[in-house]
Amino acid sequence: MSDYILEMNNISKEFTGVKALTEVNFKVAKGEIHFLVGENGAGKSTLMKVLSGVYPHGTYSGDIVFDGKVQKFGKIADSVQAGIGIIYQELALFPDLSVYENIFAGNEVARGSIINWNKTIVQAKEMLAKVGLSVNPETLIKDLGVGKQQLVEIAKALSKNIRLLILDEPTAALNENDSENLLNLLRELKKQGITCIMISHKLKEVIAVADKATVLRDGRAICTLDASKGEIKENVIIKNMVGREIEDIYPKRANKSFGDNILEVKNWSAFDTQLGRHVVKDVNLHVKKGEIVGIAGLMGSGRTELALSLFGNPRSYKLQGDMLLNGKPGSFKHTSDAINAGIAYVTEDRKGNGLFLIQDIRNNITAANLRGVASKGVINGNEEVRVAQSYKDSLYVKAPSIEQIVGNLSGGNQQKVSLGKWLFVGPKLLILDEPTRGIDVGAKFEIYTIMNKLISEGMSIIMISSELGEVLGMSDRVYVMAEGRIKGELSIEEADQEKIMQFATQ
Amino acid sequence: MNNVVKEAPKISGHRRPSSGETKPTLLGEAGTLLKVNIREYGMYIALFVIIVIFSIMTDGLFMSSRNISNLLDATGYTAVLAVGMTLVIVIRHIDLSVGFAAGFMGAIAAILMTQAGVPFYLTIPIILVLGIVIGMFNGVLVASVGIPSFVSSLAAMLIFRGALLQVTEKTGTINVTSDHFNAIGNGFVPEITEVGGLKVLSLILGLVIILLYIYFEFKNRTNKQKYNFEVVSKGILTVKLIFVSAIIAYVTWKLSGYNGFSWTVIIVLGVVLIYHFLTTKTVLGRHIYAVGSNPEAAHLSGINVKKITYIVFGSMGLLSALSGILYTSRLQSASTTAGTLFELDAIAAAYVGGVSAAGGVGKVTGSIIGAIVMASLTSGMNLLGVGISYQYMIRGGVLAAAVIFDVMTRKKRG
Repeated sequence: MSDYILEMNNISKEFTGVKALTEVNFKVAKGEIHFLVGENGAGKSTLMKVLSGVYPHGTYSGDIVFDGKVQKFGKIADSVQAGIGIIYQELALFPDLSVYENIFAGNEVARGSIINWNKTIVQAKEMLAKVGLSVNPETLIKDLGVGKQQLVEIAKALSKNIRLLILDEPTAALNENDSENLLNLLRELKKQGITCIMISHKLKEVIAVADKATVLRDGRAICTLDASKGEIKENVIIKNMVGREIEDIYPKRANKSFGDNILEVKNWSAFDTQLGRHVVKDVNLHVKKGEIVGIAGLMGSGRTELALSLFGNPRSYKLQGDMLLNGKPGSFKHTSDAINAGIAYVTEDRKGNGLFLIQDIRNNITAANLRGVASKGVINGNEEVRVAQSYKDSLYVKAPSIEQIVGNLSGGNQQKVSLGKWLFVGPKLLILDEPTRGIDVGAKFEIYTIMNKLISEGMSIIMISSELGEVLGMSDRVYVMAEGRIKGELSIEEADQEKIMQFATQ
Repeated sequence: MNNVVKEAPKISGHRRPSSGETKPTLLGEAGTLLKVNIREYGMYIALFVIIVIFSIMTDGLFMSSRNISNLLDATGYTAVLAVGMTLVIVIRHIDLSVGFAAGFMGAIAAILMTQAGVPFYLTIPIILVLGIVIGMFNGVLVASVGIPSFVSSLAAMLIFRGALLQVTEKTGTINVTSDHFNAIGNGFVPEITEVGGLKVLSLILGLVIILLYIYFEFKNRTNKQKYNFEVVSKGILTVKLIFVSAIIAYVTWKLSGYNGFSWTVIIVLGVVLIYHFLTTKTVLGRHIYAVGSNPEAAHLSGINVKKITYIVFGSMGLLSALSGILYTSRLQSASTTAGTLFELDAIAAAYVGGVSAAGGVGKVTGSIIGAIVMASLTSGMNLLGVGISYQYMIRGGVLAAAVIFDVMTRKKRG
C-alpha cells in the first residue's frame, strides 16, 4: 500500500550489549492517529528517537521510509527538514522567554541574521490559532500552565511545516481538562491532514482517539490493533502489553509473619509549589513489621514523590494528612529526622542523588551514619574500614578494595553500595525505589536475596518498582499508583499483571 | 543516630576478587604513581621547578635565608584565606568579600587597641568572633535566602570596602603601637641559644616536624597494610620520606640561619594542621566534602546542607579576621586600602592547589602549596626586577595553566 506516510522496517537498536529494539516493523498511514503503547522500557521512546534522528543513521539497523523515500537522518534537524516534529515528555521551552520567542526559537523569522519581530508575532498568532490557544503571544512561558505550554510546543512544531507529529506522553503531566483539550486538538489536526504518533500510558485516551495502536514489548512490535475493526479494547491491549511469563528469579521467603503497623499515613497529600500541582493526593497506606509492600505504577505516577514526602520531605512539598509511626503521630522536619526514626530511602536515581560518585566505597557506605564510626566528631579510621569492608563483603560488591571510586563501579555494584550505606544506619523501614533498575539478572537475584534476609531480621520494606514481575515476585501486598493517587490495593494472592496494569492506566 | 556499629548482614557464598600481583621495578612504580597522582604531584613539581629556575637566575639569592623567611611571612595572610576558601569552593560556592573583610577587621583591631584602649589579648578574640559572625551572615544569605554566593559576597565586598574607608576616614592610616600585636606579623620564636649562627630552638622545632611526619607516614602505612590496601613499596616510601624530610630540613636550616621560625609561620602551620585534621578525620569534614560532591545526595543522607554552609562561611569569616590581624600586624598599621585583591590571591592559590570548581575536590594542604607557588612567583620576579605589569600577566598565565592542567588530567581519568 502506498498510503503509508511512514514505514519503519526491521529496525534494531543496541546499547552496549542490551537490545533495545529487535526488528521492529512499524507502519503509519497518512492522516491517522497512531498510538504506541507498552510498559516502561518496552522501547517506545527509543523507536521515536531513531525516527527523529536523535540516534543518527548508522547507529541502528533497518530502514526508515518517509513520504516514499528512504531517509537517513544524521541529526534532528534532518528529520525536521523532512517534516517530522517530536515533542518530548519534558517540555523543551525557555521559561523566561515569551510565547512567540519560543515558537520560533531556532527557526527565527529573519532576513539574514536580523530578526523581524513584528512578523514573528503575526505568525505566532496564526500558529496559536491553529492549536486553539488564545493567549497573548507576549506572555512568558513560565506564566502559563503545563497544558498551555504543551500547546505552545505543538505550535512550535507546526511552525516548521511538519506533516508527522510525534508526542511522547503528552498527557502525563496534564489534568483531565487539559488532556481532553489536547485530544480534541489531535482530532482537529487530523482534519488538517497532519499525522500523529502518540505514546501514552493512559488506555482511556487510546480507546478514545486512536485509529491504530501498536503494542511494543521488550523491544519487539507485538501487534498493531485497528479501531475500525474494533480491536482497540482495554483487555486486548493489556494482554499484549504484559503477555510474558514471569521468570522464576525471585527467591522464596519462608515463615512470613507480620507484626503491627510501623508506618501509616492517612489522607496524605503533597503539593509541589514549583509545579503548582499535587504530586501526591489523598494517599492512605500502611506497612506492617516484616512486610514487603510493593508500590506499582508507571513512571510519573507519583511513587518517588510519595517516598520523598515520607522521608523528611527534602523537596519541601506542602504536606497534608497524618503520619503514624508505630501507631503514634509523627512528623519529620529534615531527612535526618526520618533517618533517626529508622527510615531509609534508597533512591531511584543512584547516580543523580544517591551516591557520591567521586568518593570511594568506604566514604559512601558511612555517609549517612558517620557518627556510627566516630566518637566526639572524630572518625575512627579503623572502625570505618572494618564497617565498609564488612558491607562490601556481605553485599558481594565486586571491587578490588573499599578504596575504589564509586563512579567507576558497574550499576549493580553501585546499587549494592547504595544499599550498604542505608543498611548501616540500621533502619526499621527500608524504602527501595526501583531497586534493580539497570542492573543485570545476577545482581538482581543477589539484591532480592538480601531483601529477604533483611525481612527475616524484622525489617519492613516498601519497594517501588515499574517491573511487574518484581512487584509480583517479591511483595506481600501491592499498592498501585497513578496520577499521584493510590488507585488500588491488592493482596499478593489476588494480584496479577493485568489487574495492576488496569489500575496503573486508569 | 545509632552509636553502636552494626554488623553487616552476613550471607554465605561470599566471593573475593583474586589478585594477580606482579612486582614492578622502583622506577616503574614511580612512573605509575606519577601517572595516577599527576595532578597532586604536578603541583609539587611545578613548585620545585619554579624554585630551581629562580635560584639559578638570582645566583642563589632566591634561596637565601632572608628571602625564604620573608617569602613565607608574606604568604601568611593569603595562605590562611586560601585554607578557608578551599572549603568554600569545595561546597561549590565562592566568597569575594574576604579581602576587604580582612582589611576592615584589621582596621577595627587597630582602632580597638589605639583608640579604645583594649589590650591586644582581648582584641584578637574579639576580632576573631566578629569574623565568625560576619561569615555566618554570608552563610545565611547564601543558604537560607538563596542568593548566589558570587552576588552576595560581591555585595559584602563593596560594603566592607566602604566600611573600611569609613572607619579610617578621619585618621587615615592607623599606626599600631602594641609590640605584642606587631610581633604576630614580624616577630620570631624567641631563641634559647645559637650555635654557629643557627637558632637552636628552631632547629629542634624542624626536627620535631620531621619526626612527626615520618611517624604519621609509617602509622598510615601499617594501618593500610592491616587491611590489605595497596601501599607503595618500601623503596618508594624511603625515597618519599627522604625527599620530604630533606625539604623540611633545608627550610628549617635556612630559617635558623636568619631569625628562626616566625610567629606567622607557626600560626599558618597551626591553621593548616587544624584544618587538615578537620577535613580528613572528622564527621564535619566528611560532611563538607559530601555536600560538595553531591548536595542532593547529602541532603538525602540526612546531612544538613544549610548548617554545613553556615559553618563553612563562618570558618571563612574567622580566617578573614585572622588574615586581617596578620596583615595589620605585619604592616604595624591599618591602611585605607588594606585587603585589596586578597580574595583573588586566595582563590588563585586554591585553584593552583588543585581545588575543583565542580565541587567536592580539594585539599587544604594543596591550597597552601598553591599559595606558596604564587608567592614564590612574586618574590622571584621581584628579585629579578620584573615589571609589575609582566608580573600580573605571568601569574595569570600560571593560574590558567594550572586549571587547564587540572581539566585535562581529570578528563583523562574520567
